Formats: sequence, C-alpha cells, structure tokens
Amino acid sequence: MKSLLGLAAGLLFGAGIALSGMINPAKVLNFFDLAGHWDPSLMFVMGGALATTALGYPLIFRRGRPWLDRFFHLPAPGAIDRRLIAGSALFGVGWGIAGFCPGGSIPALALGDQRTLIFVAAMLLGIGATKNVLARI
Amino acid sequence: MTEFTPWMSLAGGALLGLAALLLMAGLGRIAGMTGILAGVLPRVVQDFDWRLAFLGGAVLSPWLLGIAGVAIPFMVPVSSLSLAIGGVVVGVGATLGSGCTSGHGVCGNARGSIRSVAATLTFMTTTAITVYVLRHVLGV
Repeated sequence: MKSLLGLAAGLLFGAGIALSGMINPAKVLNFFDLAGHWDPSLMFVMGGALATTALGYPLIFRRGRPWLDRFFHLPAPGAIDRRLIAGSALFGVGWGIAGFCPGGSIPALALGDQRTLIFVAAMLLGIGATKNVLARI
Repeated sequence: MTEFTPWMSLAGGALLGLAALLLMAGLGRIAGMTGILAGVLPRVVQDFDWRLAFLGGAVLSPWLLGIAGVAIPFMVPVSSLSLAIGGVVVGVGATLGSGCTSGHGVCGNARGSIRSVAATLTFMTTTAITVYVLRHVLGV
C-alpha cells in the first residue's frame, strides 16, 4: 500500500518535471542566465508548486497523522548552520555546471539520452559517499 | 534559446506540488529527491520500497507522456565532463545541505522552514553566479 502511494506520487512528480520544463537542462540554465537568453519559466514552476504545497500542507497537518503511518516524518526545526549553507552553495555550483538537479535528472532518464546517465551516476556517487561519511561523524 | 512557457510551467509546478501533498498525506514524507535517492543507496536502513516505487513512477510518467505523443523539449547544452563533475558536486552538496530544489525549494519553504529558505536563497544565488561565470566570463 505504501509502495502504491509512492508510485502514484512519483508519477505525479515525473509528469510535473516533464511538463514544467525542469527536465530540460537547456531551459534550467537559461533561467539562471540573466545576462543571456533569459527564460523566466522556472519562476512559474516554483510558483505553481509552492502555491499548491503552501495551501495543502496546513490542511494535511491538521489531520494529525498521515493515512499510512503513525506520524509525519518532518525534520526538526533547527538553526541555519555552516553545513547547510556550504552544502547548498556547493549544490548550486553543480546545478550551474550541469543544468540538472536531482529532481530533474531522474525523470529525464526516461528520455533515453545517455548523457543523463553520466550525470545520474556521478550524482549517486556523490550522494552515496556523502551519506556514508556523514553517518560516521 | 528555449521557449518561455508560463502556463505549462505553472501547471507542471502544480503537479509537483500535488506529488508533495500526496506523499505527505499518505506517508508523512517530504518529497525531496535527494533524500529519496539517499534512502535507496547503501546502506539502506528502512523504507526502501516506497522510495523505489516513487523513483519508478518519476521515470515512468515522462516515458508514458512520450508514448502518448506529448512533446518534451530536452537539450543538454554542456559537455559530458561537465555532467560528470556537476553530478558529483550536486550529489555531495545536496546531501551536505540536506536537500535540493524539491526538498527545500518546494516542500521546506511551504512549511515555513527557515533552513529551507536559507538553503534555497543560497543555491539559487550560487547557481546564477556559476552560470554567469561559465557562460560570460570563461565563455564555456
């Protein structure tokens, strides 16, 4: 049942990435290229996504618990620390180099371009290695 | 050049929001791609199955859209070397920073998390600087 729900959410996510244009590195990079061929579309992606979650989350949290689990798995509110900022800064540099973010790259695998695989393999290496190092400290 | 697509992007963004709402309402989970990927990589602790199903769905739907004849514009304007370097940096950075565009940008900001707001402002800034330097200073 949990897997079915995960699948449904994944299908929505993949469709959203594909239709919004987040799947396309050229479009993503043009959004950030203010001095070049600026394409403001991604502002609308963020706007549509944030408006939906900002309206929906409070209704969901009001229920007290999710349908298929005993509690919401939410990160504890914490302070802004150096690891958060350094990691996010680094993520942005990588995003600017490649044009793919994690959420854009996985659905892009469906389009069959082998270069997507290069990015995804390198990203999984980075995530896996960092996860295991962090688990030890 | 890419075409400015405000309505399609808004609708696609709303679908991303719905995906996040469904995952929260059903499983109580944040729909962050970095966290979901980290969860299926070794060493797997728990909750492998729904994460794998989410990833499967995320790949399946663009494929189905393609079969249905929906055009999905796609172009990779950088070299394979850039993809490899960028991939590692994205993976390390998003894991250190506890999230990416989906986890912080869509889910965390909507919950009013100050960590997510700080993360989003940080990566949006460094991405723009990186693109500027690569395209207009180094001319890559």
